[in-house]
Amino acid sequence: MIRTDVVILRGANGPTEDDARWSHDWGTTIVTVETSAALPPGHLAARPLATAGHADRAEAPFRIALTAAAVLVLVLLGAIVVLLFNGGFPVLVRFGLSFFVSTDWNPVTENYGAAVMLYGTLVTSALALLIAFPTSLGIALFLTEVAPEQLRRPIGTAIQLLAAVPSIIYGMWGFFVVVPLMSAHVQPLLKAVFGPIPLIGALFSGAPAGTGILTAGLILALMIMPFITAMFVEIFSSVPPVLKEAAYGVGATTTEVFRAVTVPYGRSALVGAVMLGLGRALGETMAVTFVIGNANRIAASLYSPGASIASTIANEFPEAGPGSIKLNALLELGFSLFVISFLVLALARFLVRNRLEA
Amino acid sequence: MTQLERRLLADRVWKIVASTLAGLAILLLAWILWTVVWRGATALSLTVFTAPTMPPGRGGGLANTIVGSLVQVTIGLVIAAPIGLLAGTWLAEVGRGRLADAVRFVNDVLLSAPSILIGLFVYELLVRPFGGFSGFAGSAALAVLILPVVVRATEDMMRLVPGSLREAAFALGASRREVVTQVLWRAARTGIVTGVLLAIARAAGETAPLLFTSLGNLGWSFALTKPMASLPVTIYQYAGSPFDEWVALAWAGALVITVGVLALNILSRVVLAPRGKASR
Repeated sequence: MIRTDVVILRGANGPTEDDARWSHDWGTTIVTVETSAALPPGHLAARPLATAGHADRAEAPFRIALTAAAVLVLVLLGAIVVLLFNGGFPVLVRFGLSFFVSTDWNPVTENYGAAVMLYGTLVTSALALLIAFPTSLGIALFLTEVAPEQLRRPIGTAIQLLAAVPSIIYGMWGFFVVVPLMSAHVQPLLKAVFGPIPLIGALFSGAPAGTGILTAGLILALMIMPFITAMFVEIFSSVPPVLKEAAYGVGATTTEVFRAVTVPYGRSALVGAVMLGLGRALGETMAVTFVIGNANRIAASLYSPGASIASTIANEFPEAGPGSIKLNALLELGFSLFVISFLVLALARFLVRNRLEA
Repeated sequence: MTQLERRLLADRVWKIVASTLAGLAILLLAWILWTVVWRGATALSLTVFTAPTMPPGRGGGLANTIVGSLVQVTIGLVIAAPIGLLAGTWLAEVGRGRLADAVRFVNDVLLSAPSILIGLFVYELLVRPFGGFSGFAGSAALAVLILPVVVRATEDMMRLVPGSLREAAFALGASRREVVTQVLWRAARTGIVTGVLLAIARAAGETAPLLFTSLGNLGWSFALTKPMASLPVTIYQYAGSPFDEWVALAWAGALVITVGVLALNILSRVVLAPRGKASR
């Protein structure tokens, strides 16, 4: 399986300068083997193998194939950026930057704006983080410090499997199970509790339809929670035990060590992990499309239906014919989603790497 | 209450909070799975696997959508896996400096890019210029989703191969190609296979990228130049339909896809298991 062109047996002196020169002049691979036997210096003991005399001919094409594949990855992302930008460009020409602040979405007058979708995307994702971050922190604490040793692996595995369930399943579960529950029980309850409080009450006003921004945020939170938890567990287990033991040694309790040592140690990596979760939430399509209510409106209430960038693209695409300005508007929405999630990812990577280098 | 008692109480309370959250997460998983199994199993029958999709009121199954999904995932895999293997190998063994950093970063961007954007991209690349939705466009979209997963898995797994193995092979006079193909790929094989399995699982459950590329059709058609049905897209269309019969079929499809994806995930863990034990 592995070929050697020439083997040279050397005395205890080891390889000489001649060996390197021969290797270069002959274009062969020379292996020098030290022997204890008393051999005259420079004694050529080995036979040239069958292929001696020429280097591996497949080496150059192999290297080219490797490099080409790597460059293709770059080209692919370049093509994505160019095609999305190019597809959305007519919208920028027609509406200018007001596209991003306009709440219009009117196929009849052909006036399109992205404000509603940007709002829906950001608010649902923010809600998802608000719910998922503390939950993930708690589960990670349980998995790394509290749970009995035998339970950690099975529970960790189960939570990771939750992350593998396709998003359309979350969408169906949300639509058929969570939405009726929200409308019949959760939303009236929240309204009764928070409704009378000024300002906060407005968030929980309106008809408890079940669908809407709040439900979308909730389903998104469920979807990104396992993903964030898995990263948290990894970060927490990378904390040097010495640090924790020192804290235990001066009498700290488990949760005090967690709060004062473990979390501060991994802080920037934790933020990075949360940002990666945010990136997922921003671009999630199927689960949101099922439960967000799909209405072109911005309202103070979290109960009101809305739309996210991804859900709008999925919903409106069938009615957007090739060459229509609507299709351009959808592509521009896609391009803005790409820019947002790119920025979030870049920031996340910066934070995670900073911590690794420190 | 002394200060010590207060601290011990706080410790206990936080532990209980953390355990409750973990318990809730497990309950939710069980709830989702139970919903899918219960609703799916009541709708599941042999005709789901043997009959193609039909207009509402005429029965029908999901056979053509399952085959369509298998065809598109397979073609996507055949396109993406070799390229991903080579690119990952380049990152682990050859690439250095700025170019390697750029490729690694770009691959991460591809890995976390919203899948619906991949669908829009392939629509602009393959559907609009060639005048129609096609099974090949769907396969290409899935290939773009699979590629970064394979690149990442290959690089990570090849980096885990001990340096002494490389040095030993080089010392025997092997060329870099021989070291990579005959030593490193073999040593990293289980890890790379795991990555590929996870990539398949991810691609098989994706709906959004197929909406704009292979779209779906109602019959037995697997011509790559024509629209092709797929299981996730059909589930999406059926679940939102007003026909009980279609909604039931959507749940049956959801069960099929969940079982498939989870089985692939569990399989990938089993494949990786002996390695994990050996290293410990």
